[in-house]
Amino acid sequence: MVENKPWLTALAHLVLILGVIVVAFPVYVALIASTRAPDEFMSGLIPLVPGPHALGTYWELLTTGASTSGAPPLGPMMLNSLVMALIIATGKIAISILSAFAIVYFRFPFRQFFFWMIFVTLMLPVEVRILPTFKVVADLGMLNSYLGLTVPLLASATATFLFRQFFLTVPDELLEAARVDGAGPMKFFRDILLPLSQTNIAALFVILFIYGWNQYLWPMLVTTETGYYTIVMAIKRMAEVADGLPYWNYVMAAAVLSMLPPVLVIIVMQKLFVKGLVETEK
Amino acid sequence: MQTKRTIFPNKVLPYFLLAPQLVITGIFFFWPAGQAIWQSFLREDAFGFKTTFVWLANYTALFEDPNYLNSLQVTLVFSVCVAALSLGLALLLAVCVDRLIKGASGYTTLLLWPYAVAPAIAGVLWWFLFNPTIGILPFIMERLGYNWDHALNSTDAMILVVVAASWKQISYNFIFFLAGLQSIPLSLREAAAIDGAGPFKRFFTITLPLLSPTSFFLMVVNVVYAMFDTFGIIHATTEGGPAQSTNILVYKVYADGFIGLNLGSSAAQSVILMGIVILLTFVQFRYVERRVAY
Repeated sequence: MVENKPWLTALAHLVLILGVIVVAFPVYVALIASTRAPDEFMSGLIPLVPGPHALGTYWELLTTGASTSGAPPLGPMMLNSLVMALIIATGKIAISILSAFAIVYFRFPFRQFFFWMIFVTLMLPVEVRILPTFKVVADLGMLNSYLGLTVPLLASATATFLFRQFFLTVPDELLEAARVDGAGPMKFFRDILLPLSQTNIAALFVILFIYGWNQYLWPMLVTTETGYYTIVMAIKRMAEVADGLPYWNYVMAAAVLSMLPPVLVIIVMQKLFVKGLVETEK
Repeated sequence: MQTKRTIFPNKVLPYFLLAPQLVITGIFFFWPAGQAIWQSFLREDAFGFKTTFVWLANYTALFEDPNYLNSLQVTLVFSVCVAALSLGLALLLAVCVDRLIKGASGYTTLLLWPYAVAPAIAGVLWWFLFNPTIGILPFIMERLGYNWDHALNSTDAMILVVVAASWKQISYNFIFFLAGLQSIPLSLREAAAIDGAGPFKRFFTITLPLLSPTSFFLMVVNVVYAMFDTFGIIHATTEGGPAQSTNILVYKVYADGFIGLNLGSSAAQSVILMGIVILLTFVQFRYVERRVAY
């Protein structure tokens, strides 16, 4: 702080408290709604204090699903989301760290070309070329499988760049020493580069886990069997029913369940998350 | 391109290391992208019996289609509003946190987590708050004399999706603004303070200009976010309606392709979108590297 102006500090606190309230408000209302009984949404206004039905609603959703609105149970869906997020995060990191290693530590024909090939995919989200990508996956018979859910999303220019930038800062002396001691490329990779990249890997994992968990359009297209539904995509189906009939308590409980894991990840691993976010976008 | 002083001499191994990435990129990126480009020059008859090569007819049809032109305009309005709202609020919050010595990390944690909420979920949350019959916000607005209905009123629907999209993006912008603010040397602000510049003057003449690389970077990222990552928000709430008023480009590609089954037109739209993304990526790299600073 440059100078001491108590009223400015007070103003900053005030703005921040207001900001936090505005940011938290939608989730607060959702939490409250999930503890209420369905018939309470018939009247004019959403209740703003918790009701007694929280445990019942969540338990019913997780195990049997909202039977009255014909929705499948959310427990298995959350498991699907978890599997999907874990495969995407691990797969992206593994694939990217290997290609970054190849690009930085070797010289071979077409190296530049391959680098640009990966570069072009940098910002192109799957939504943009959704129809042809869907067709490829359908032709390969990968609909309704974990493979179809994850593999098309595995290529990652961002992660490759992050690792490339990082490898370029690793001192050359390490490689020279390793080569003098007779270490081959894979030994160098396993015993020196991997341990050095630990923090980067962890930070990237947090970001990619959230990315994987929050996928929406892709799982919606690739899965038609309820056994492969993920929780984020299922919310829409539930909300559609609720629009006709007021099952808002179920919809909001499902929303809370679907954001709980990634939000927890961010809060618990705040430092890694911020690092991952700032570094992947550099 | 940068390389190491020393490298490994292997000639075959690097191809194996690159193979997984290249195979996936090839099958799920270049092949579909190529298909989209090829498809965009074709027209299929209604029953899928016959395809004819129509050169650029799909593209010219798009730019004569009032729905597509409307979608372009909607996308522009939506992106600008989302970027302006989320950047403005995030900057305000970041400046406040930057000022504090006590409690800064607490506020940061409390502002960070919406990043983890999926766009579709963010949409549903705000949809509930704005629900015309039981939502709390329309209830308040009714007291103030405004009759909110996003199912019928185009402006209301746009406000709904803009608010939901901005809400989710604030935390992202906040992190980058805070990092940017904390990298500005304190001595600059101190020097200005000694010269008699008050806090607001210091903000506009020193902090804001020095923050311009961050702001520029965030502007591009936010436009990309609003154009492409908000599909879930639109799909889970307004579905492009009412009367096409929230039908952004990325939603239209999906709707025309999967619901309308107009393959040629959807492919042409995909190609145009890819062009826009590549352009934005290029702008990002070209100008961010150069740093907009004074």
